[in-house]
Amino acid sequence: MRVPATPTTPGGASTHRGGAPRRRPRVSPDLRAALLYLAPAGFVLAAMLAYPLYQLGVISLFDYGQAQASGGAPLDFVGLDNYAQLFGEPRFWTVLVQTCVFAAVCVVGSLTVGIGLAVLASRVRALPRMALFLAALGAWATPAVAGSTVWLFLFDQDFGLVNEVLAGVGLAGVENFSWTYDRYVAFGLVAAQVVWCSFPFVMITVYAGIRSIPTDVLEAAALDGATPWRTLRTVIIPMLRGLLIVATIQSIIWDFKIFTQIYVMTNGGGVAGRNLVLNVYAYQEAFAASNYGLGAAIGVVMTGILLLITLGYLRAQRGTEEP
Amino acid sequence: MSTRTPARRRSGLLARPGRTLAEILTLLIALVVAFPLYWMVLSAVKHPGEIQSSAPRPWTTAPTWDNFRRVFQVEGLGGYFLNSVVVALAVVVLSLFLSFLAAVALTRFRFRGRTVLAVMLLVAQMVPVEALTIPLFFLMRSVGDVAPRLGLNHLGSLVLVHLAFSLPFAIWMLRGFVAAVPKDLEEAATLDGASRFRFTWQVLFPLVAPGLVAMSVLSFIHAWNDFLFARTFIISATENQTLPMAILVFFSPEGNDWGAIMAGSTLLTVPVLVFFVLVQRHLVSGLAGAVKG
Repeated sequence: MRVPATPTTPGGASTHRGGAPRRRPRVSPDLRAALLYLAPAGFVLAAMLAYPLYQLGVISLFDYGQAQASGGAPLDFVGLDNYAQLFGEPRFWTVLVQTCVFAAVCVVGSLTVGIGLAVLASRVRALPRMALFLAALGAWATPAVAGSTVWLFLFDQDFGLVNEVLAGVGLAGVENFSWTYDRYVAFGLVAAQVVWCSFPFVMITVYAGIRSIPTDVLEAAALDGATPWRTLRTVIIPMLRGLLIVATIQSIIWDFKIFTQIYVMTNGGGVAGRNLVLNVYAYQEAFAASNYGLGAAIGVVMTGILLLITLGYLRAQRGTEEP
Repeated sequence: MSTRTPARRRSGLLARPGRTLAEILTLLIALVVAFPLYWMVLSAVKHPGEIQSSAPRPWTTAPTWDNFRRVFQVEGLGGYFLNSVVVALAVVVLSLFLSFLAAVALTRFRFRGRTVLAVMLLVAQMVPVEALTIPLFFLMRSVGDVAPRLGLNHLGSLVLVHLAFSLPFAIWMLRGFVAAVPKDLEEAATLDGASRFRFTWQVLFPLVAPGLVAMSVLSFIHAWNDFLFARTFIISATENQTLPMAILVFFSPEGNDWGAIMAGSTLLTVPVLVFFVLVQRHLVSGLAGAVKG
């Protein structure tokens, strides 16, 4: 399940700005208490988040294989050799392009389905809307592993419902069609699963946005004879621009990091690793091939790309908070 | 809306055939979206013979607990379920206290560097934790040398990493709840002679309970759903695996045991579904009562 990283907090972060001028200055006891209160969380975050992040960079600069990992050989500082090796490998570029295209398809899919269904939900009465929202909440809440297994089962070569139904309607050749063998078909199946569990976030966010548009604006559009498509294009999308940017970047960040669905549905990256994305690639390099240095380099590249996206996210979010 | 008379509704229907079509479409889409979940639960209670049938039916005439019984008794899925519960609950309890303390410090105490810390929390939420598997693997190996139960192959390693991953968001979220408690309350409590410690635990803690509940459920779900770190850390001690990993055992080249896989997936999904319904409003908080229906 996915949860937006930074929801608007009730009460807001700036509740007591402007201080209390009448208050006696009590800086030092406050600081001491604050340190005491912050210490446990600070320790955990420093040890489990900041230090590993630093270590990720360090490991990527060493020749770090099975021998070094088991302590059998001394660590050998190799500078940027891991990166040079990585960028010289055609496979890395294939995986990078695959990751970007796969993430793009998932993002476009979730946004299209999410926005479309939000508009649909805003035009129907409460009962069908509740049914849709309940179903969407179910898809949203399903753990990635469970969602992956049930989609695999539905599309199973031998016992899957989908093949059975397709064969039933007369597509004879589809009887034993494998949905996980071909590179593009397998990616398509995983993308469909990802869209299934990530469109609800977009739908619910955009639906709330549509609800916040004054009704007379929408009524005026309807009175002027605007079609739903036209209303969406000329009223809803421009008015919800900020919200849509945030939902888009949030989706990009999520879909770029997908691990579980690819790992479970393509059995660790597909036949001969042709369904790898960066995340799974780094994992396989490190823990299957014992190239920890190379795996860490992939991790650094991924972190760098996500950092760039995140900066865009923060800027977009700041943009929406302005009245 | 529900107070409309049937007559008016019918005339509304006739007057707006477009909306009726849209409503039928909405219901159909709802069915399609919900179908994988239905199929999962249905397959979990089907007879193995029915699952292996080459003509699967979208219903069953003889529901059975056979799959569940099998995964619990033969495969010991109960133990893995328990492992998942232990990890998730430990993360919840620890992050509850740690994030509450930190949130109090960040909102109630005035000291230099407070804003910097808040910004760092925001940055920490953006770290792609998936990229940290390699350094965390080595860190956990070292931790295991000192404290075996917190190291590789033990549930403690999962608790530690998920605690760290859940803290930035939890603190960030609680900050808002703590800040919303009026300042006067603290002054009143201080006048009544309550120490800061007592105020924090006896007044503030109960007051931010809604925030704590929402935060706990989110931490629970994140730890519960984890696959990557369980896959990385629990390598040789299979008895310490968590539920998501255990389900994958039923995949095999000789043929997948779909009945067991669907039973396991159902077990994995139900607790999250329950919690999710409880907190869904907080997931879109700030977006003004989105899912009121």
